[in-house]
Amino acid sequence: MKVCKVVGNVWATRKHKCLAGLKLLLVRQIKFDTGDVVGEAMLAVDKNVDAGIGNIVLVSDEGNSARMMLDRPVAGIRTVVCGIVDEVLVAGKSNKYN
Amino acid sequence: MFPAKVIGRVVATRKWETMEGIKLLLIQPTDWRGNPKGDPIVAADGVGAGSGEFVFYVKAREACFAWLKGDRQVLEEMPPYDATIMGIIDGVEIRENEK
Repeated sequence: MKVCKVVGNVWATRKHKCLAGLKLLLVRQIKFDTGDVVGEAMLAVDKNVDAGIGNIVLVSDEGNSARMMLDRPVAGIRTVVCGIVDEVLVAGKSNKYN
Repeated sequence: MFPAKVIGRVVATRKWETMEGIKLLLIQPTDWRGNPKGDPIVAADGVGAGSGEFVFYVKAREACFAWLKGDRQVLEEMPPYDATIMGIIDGVEIRENEK
């Protein structure tokens, strides 16, 4: 999983049926210590975590776990927001988020 | 999933049989503001996207699932695609000043 920041969202009325009812968020990985946004913006789906722009979230980027979480056995989805991060503790240092 | 612009089509009569009846589109990967990034790739059309449209596509194994009828991964129904267009973007909101 990755720790990411929600940096945007996407609207798409015409989309594949396996995406029905899912929020489409843009997430970018962050560095734990500084919180700087690194990496490319990816589209992650959010079923019931209800993350918004600016939230620091947990993102899973793997098909099988995505399908399990969404309970959609043949969904063509890999990137799923699966939690909101409150705090990251690294080498005795604590970063509180949200 | 990643954004791209549809820039054309690819027609191939002789191809892998499970690819039959699925439109092949030529897409130019972009950033979320539509600026081109990298080289164009061929993607399967999962939603009926037209030329010039701003779309998002999924990569890897998930690209083969769009045509499965049941809820099991039946190999015969899965075309050998590594990129499939999953949606046409109506709007994108990016709060920070980065691509």
